[in-house]
Amino acid sequence: MPLLWLFLIVLAIAAVGFVLGRARALASAGGDVRNLHSLPSYYGNNVAIKTVVPAILVMLIWLIVQPMIVNSTISGMIPESSVAENSSLGLVMSEVRRTAEGLDNAVANGDMTEEFARDARADFTDVTQRLKDAGQIVTSDVTQPILRAAQSYRIMNATGNLIMSGIVLALALSGLFWGLRDSHAAFRARNTVEAAVRALLIGAASIAILTTIGIILSLVFNTVEFFRLYPATDFFFGTSWAPSFSGRGGSSDLGVLPLLWGTFYISIVALVVAVPIGLFAAVYLSEYATPRVRAVAKPMLEVLAGIPTIVYGLFALLTVGPLLLGIFGDDGLGWMQAGTAVMTAGLVMGIMLIPFVSSLSDDIINAVPQAMRDGSYGLGATQSETIKQVILPAALPGIVGAILLAASRAIGETMIVVLGAGAAAKLSLNPFEAMTTVTAKIVSQLTGDADFSSPEALVAFALGMTLFVLTLGLNVLALYIVRKYREQYE
Amino acid sequence: MTDASIGGAAAPRKKSSIHELDARTRKRNASEARFKAFGLGAILIGLFFLVTLAVSIVRSGLPAFTETVVDVEFTLSQAQFDEAESTLFKTAAYSDLFIADLRGTLEERGMQVAFDEAAIERLLGKVGGTLREFYRANPEQLGQPVAFQLPASSRVDGYFNGRVTRETLEDTRFLQGSDLDLVDALHEAGVIRQDFNWTFLTGADSGVDNPGGAGIGASVVGSFFMMLVVLVLALPIGVAASIYLEEFAPQNKFTDLIEVNISNLAAVPSIVFGILGLAVFIQFMHLPQSAPLVGGLVLTLMTLPTIIISTRAALKAVPPSIRDAALGVGASKMQAVFHHVLPLAMPGILTGTIIGLAQALGETAPLLLIGMVGFVARGYPEGFLGGFTEPNSAMPAQIYTWAARADASFYEKAWGGIIVLLVFLLLMNVIAIILRRKFERRW
Repeated sequence: MPLLWLFLIVLAIAAVGFVLGRARALASAGGDVRNLHSLPSYYGNNVAIKTVVPAILVMLIWLIVQPMIVNSTISGMIPESSVAENSSLGLVMSEVRRTAEGLDNAVANGDMTEEFARDARADFTDVTQRLKDAGQIVTSDVTQPILRAAQSYRIMNATGNLIMSGIVLALALSGLFWGLRDSHAAFRARNTVEAAVRALLIGAASIAILTTIGIILSLVFNTVEFFRLYPATDFFFGTSWAPSFSGRGGSSDLGVLPLLWGTFYISIVALVVAVPIGLFAAVYLSEYATPRVRAVAKPMLEVLAGIPTIVYGLFALLTVGPLLLGIFGDDGLGWMQAGTAVMTAGLVMGIMLIPFVSSLSDDIINAVPQAMRDGSYGLGATQSETIKQVILPAALPGIVGAILLAASRAIGETMIVVLGAGAAAKLSLNPFEAMTTVTAKIVSQLTGDADFSSPEALVAFALGMTLFVLTLGLNVLALYIVRKYREQYE
Repeated sequence: MTDASIGGAAAPRKKSSIHELDARTRKRNASEARFKAFGLGAILIGLFFLVTLAVSIVRSGLPAFTETVVDVEFTLSQAQFDEAESTLFKTAAYSDLFIADLRGTLEERGMQVAFDEAAIERLLGKVGGTLREFYRANPEQLGQPVAFQLPASSRVDGYFNGRVTRETLEDTRFLQGSDLDLVDALHEAGVIRQDFNWTFLTGADSGVDNPGGAGIGASVVGSFFMMLVVLVLALPIGVAASIYLEEFAPQNKFTDLIEVNISNLAAVPSIVFGILGLAVFIQFMHLPQSAPLVGGLVLTLMTLPTIIISTRAALKAVPPSIRDAALGVGASKMQAVFHHVLPLAMPGILTGTIIGLAQALGETAPLLLIGMVGFVARGYPEGFLGGFTEPNSAMPAQIYTWAARADASFYEKAWGGIIVLLVFLLLMNVIAIILRRKFERRW
């Protein structure tokens, strides 16, 4: 693991720098701490930071950039002709990487000398045979171009790594000397170190922005790529979802409407379950319950929110589905064909959302000023009349916000619908039929697929974009409403 | 004086008393009681769902922790060994010997059950192969009685758990009605018994056709390495970001931008993070697919908002007098925060981090997108570093894979996996609660 070693060596240089820097600063002050501008350890840290930060930064950038350059150079080396009919450049490239890895392992095990592995004139049947003898997994069709590409892949990576190690070590050492030169009594080491720490803190805070940018870029690029292969109008207004399984594309129908309909239908069923139960629970907990009941019931309800969604998914598939099928299936009312249906997923998702609605509404009802209650009681209203006619109207904007947040949760929920709602995309009104959602189709289109060139795989990014925009819109709206409401009473 | 009192011809005024309720008050009181009952009912419904969930998990999941084993004491002499090794079908010869022995055992206890080789194979799998392997590896055991514990097939398991009954059984090549008579007889003789299934806790995914050998051990290891990545990355980054936002950030556009981003990321569906991981870490950076390292990175990005929000609350709870005192004796702002505020906020930060980790541990959808599906978890990783980069699964993804398989025997494993997962979550939450109770300070 040379990378790990490089990292450790840089850290070791920094540790040496810390000790030296501290000692040098102390010596320059004549051994008296009071003559230093900063505490001695700041001088040490100053040297350590100057050693580590530039070196590691360069190392990280190099590690990201090098594979990209190597990949593009190598893919340029592979002639068109060696990419087989039903294959792609990506597959050939992974073949190249595998062969290179096999060569590496063979050299490491001593089955092959370094010169032989690099020898560009080596007969490739011989190399293949020797790789196989060395017990390295080599696919049957290692062709001449692939072998050549693998050889230069190895050489480029090896030289790249060597140059990187040199530069990183040189940077670390020069950082060390830079820091040591500064280590004298008058140097404001604390200010320098604190500025560096501050930069680190800002960097950590910016990761949130980077994540958002990453999400948007990865969605946008692939979505644009998808719309190049598949017309956008067919995607947004198509009423049929029938991806072809051959992976060739062309014959697939990729209309988003049935998926959106399934998503909304299931979410509506879930909200119909969760909103009344959650709202009544919140009203009871905040207005009627004694402190002891509240202390027990509130955490118990919140346990429902802490349970992983896969548990709910299994619950839908194996418990609720068969139960509903027993009542509404062929033995009962005859409305239901299979356990997986809109009703199953919606019901279970509703259970999951109860604590979301109840906790948020509870907070909001508690924020209504006591004076409004007292006023209402003073006019002779009963408690329920106060709640219905004073508290709920006052809390309404906040409650709407809470419901919108719950709706965005429902739209983005994955595991319950993957397991509980079925796989067929339909535009139907019967809640006992199987339907599917945007999230479930993202999972089924992308799982185990390493090839991102077919519209069937790329459509998942367009679906993800749709989902992201929908939930983001709902969230922004909900947060806006809730904030407006809070301002009203603060 | 009013007109009403004149003459007394007006209708007698309805008398009301505070001692008896009039119709309107009664109606209002009834509606009050009704409303209260609705509220109570809603809470009870919620709790009922919780109990139902718990009961169905425990009831369906416990069978995964037991397995059915057949105890057989078997002696093979050197002569029998040589003879069996010299035949053409070696494992068949061992099977014959085993069946003869089993028949002897049953007859000794006075039981008459007819069975043939095929029935034994249906119940116990290929016994001959197991025996032969054992004796070839341990030739010194020849001629001595050896106690074998042979695992029974998953359908026999199902018979004991009540999943397979005589009524629902159809004769297939896996199990026939007559086999159940044999199982009952063996059970009576004490040869077949239920045992704790260690394979389930320590094993790896066994493939589509072997539910009996499936275990969650490998994916627990995968989850562990992912949590390690999340802890190592999310805790320092989250704390650093929170310190900046809470203590140093000036009121400007950039700070607002960060705040808005954090609150929005907290509500982005988890599957979108999976797409991000697939596109950035695998498609763009070429990190290995199905690796716990990538899973950990994705979950880090997902849990960061949670950790940042709870850390900021913990920092906010430290009273300003602590900062003022530190600044007053000459500490710099940085020193005041790192030497005084942060240590005091640490219990709150750790509690929030553990809860964030628990949330990450149960997340499934993003893992499916980066290839950490259950059937990848075929074995334990080699070495510590291999744990990060070798393909593996995680507990929830393994559960999903089992739940999605056609064979109903896997459902039991899925429920069992959920029990294991929930035990881990419970443990983490209990630790968080203990931390909070022990170190919580009211200022």
